Amino acid sequence: MIVARTGNEAMAEAMRQINPDVVAAYPITPATEVVQLFSKFVHDGDVDTEFVPAESEHSAISACVGASAAGARVMTSTASQGLALMHEILFIAAGLRVPIVICLVNRSLSSPINIHCDHSDTLASRDSGWLQIYTENAQEAYDTTIQLVKVAEQALLPGIVSTDAFIISHGMERVELVDDNEVPKFLGERKLNYSLLDVDNPVTLGALDLQDFFFEHKRSEIDAMDHVLPIIERVQKEYGDKFGRYYSTVDEYKMDDAEVVIIAMGSTGGTAKVAVERLREKGKKVGLVRARVYRPFPKDAMLKAVTKAKVIGIMDRADTLSTLGGHLYNDVRSILYDTATRPLLKNYIYGLGGRDISIEEIEAIYDELFNIKKSGKVDKNIVYYGVRGE
Amino acid sequence: MMASLKQLAAQEEKFAGGHRGCAGCGASIIARQVLMAAENPVVVGAATGCLEVFSTIYPYSAWEVPYVHNAFENVAATMAGVESAYKALKKKGKIKKDLRFIAFGGDGGTYDIGLQALSGMIERRHRVLYVCYNNEAYMNTGIQRSSATPRGAHTTTSPAGKVIPGKLQLRKNLTEIIIAHEPAYAAQATFGYWNDLVTKVRKALAVEGPSFINIYAPCRLGWAYAPEKTVKVSKMAVETCIWPLYEYQDGQYRITVKPKEKKPITEFINSQGRFEHLFKWKDDVPIREYQEEIDFIWNRLLKRTESQ
Repeated sequence: MIVARTGNEAMAEAMRQINPDVVAAYPITPATEVVQLFSKFVHDGDVDTEFVPAESEHSAISACVGASAAGARVMTSTASQGLALMHEILFIAAGLRVPIVICLVNRSLSSPINIHCDHSDTLASRDSGWLQIYTENAQEAYDTTIQLVKVAEQALLPGIVSTDAFIISHGMERVELVDDNEVPKFLGERKLNYSLLDVDNPVTLGALDLQDFFFEHKRSEIDAMDHVLPIIERVQKEYGDKFGRYYSTVDEYKMDDAEVVIIAMGSTGGTAKVAVERLREKGKKVGLVRARVYRPFPKDAMLKAVTKAKVIGIMDRADTLSTLGGHLYNDVRSILYDTATRPLLKNYIYGLGGRDISIEEIEAIYDELFNIKKSGKVDKNIVYYGVRGE
Repeated sequence: MMASLKQLAAQEEKFAGGHRGCAGCGASIIARQVLMAAENPVVVGAATGCLEVFSTIYPYSAWEVPYVHNAFENVAATMAGVESAYKALKKKGKIKKDLRFIAFGGDGGTYDIGLQALSGMIERRHRVLYVCYNNEAYMNTGIQRSSATPRGAHTTTSPAGKVIPGKLQLRKNLTEIIIAHEPAYAAQATFGYWNDLVTKVRKALAVEGPSFINIYAPCRLGWAYAPEKTVKVSKMAVETCIWPLYEYQDGQYRITVKPKEKKPITEFINSQGRFEHLFKWKDDVPIREYQEEIDFIWNRLLKRTESQ
């Protein structure tokens, strides 16, 4: 069915079709709508979910941990400060290996307080052991929400699917929905190795783990991260085979012969694709790579994608405040270290607090990257793009 | 509802011995008595704290029932999630048994850092029994003051100093805060009156809604008394009305154990090192103020039960 939906509506529709056993959530701009719409589904009987309207995001995610440990299929939604308030429990959820999916809207972290898009919220949680997938549009947010439930339950890892605040969350788009009855069929039942509700086989979850065992348990969690990419790829393929929309961990656009490349995340991927088209019409060998799956980092797919690139501009919608530039820049720079022919890199920090990025600006970035290709050197590795005083 | 020792003794242990609680630990007696009282299968959650630490050092666990520990401030929310999963899965026929849910938190995890989550759990009417094992300070981290610490008590963050004699503030009355939420059942108990405690747990698990029991948990280490005195200290708290045993249900207060003769608080506090300095203090202000607080709360409780 083809419908017009905002990103928030699309994620809420996915949640309705998934019909989770438990949703515990707390509203926050710009993800409030997801929680509102889902509450209506509950009150209209469209889902049979136990909805826990928690008194904070901290309690929402805590309830999700309890519910998932009890064997339920569990989801929530949040943004920005809400994710920051959940921060402590994100690590616990991942360590306890309880699958939970967060439908998240990327919004700047305070301060200054702001409600618009950047990626500082999820990037501050990148080391928490959660899967992170950044989507380009409402369709992808919808499809990925469904996929991530399956991935999380198979890998026993929690995951975040995110959209860019307002740009996607509130932008109306054409979205193709899967039939209601197909989603539960695609997901199947959650399979359990143990459950808190199995009173005949009691388990202790969350034991105190000291010097003698902690490291092994943490190592096994890292191991799960090491092995989740094939699961994501398999689920993406199953989804594509069934519903016709295929995704990959790294989204490549006109990369076959691209010499000058931009790597970006989220909705900027869509904007950059238009810039690529315009430049291709002028005969320029440009391409775009969108880091769709960000945690774990799809190292091999990313290396394969950029192998022919001479110059790469990496666009980060957040800064690490470490003087080392953005998160994506550091990741890409790190994986390229061992390659024989290292491409020239430049980091563009842009769009903080929701500052718009236009097609023309991205075209200008490509132009600049061509100049770097010509001169063979990068004057300044990290620039703050579109900010006064630079 | 009244339990008999014979009946309780015949039960399988759900909280095993051999854990690493101190000799004379009040919290461990509470865990054992509460689980003994439960007639349905239970799922337990614990907040970070002494009980969590001494009962589950991997690869050992004292819990013979399903148990989850999440973090310090969120056992109420965690168990709200477990209970919600139960409701969802029971509705779908995936769970057949009739289960009960118990959250354990110390006064740190309950009066202070976990108060919001507990308030939310009760307001949303989750059918969970929340047990606060109240030892009146943060014992797990080495005896720091909490909002449950009484007036005058020495802790490591309210030390008995040269100019300030221990904690200056009165205790927070958490039981009344919970009662203001109109839970299905609320009570105060202590293990020195085991039958009263067991009866209250059974009532709390029988009601269809949130319930709360604030259980006084003498701590030999933090209160500084000999380990064999734990039960005696628990009883003395009731006899001095420092810890009134009462319950609240359907809008009615009921005192469940009324001391024959209300003893002065000095008979309770002189048994514990945490109050030792008060007897050497330049005046009787700290002891007097504590006594006045206890009298005020006890008299108000009497009036509430008389007027019903």
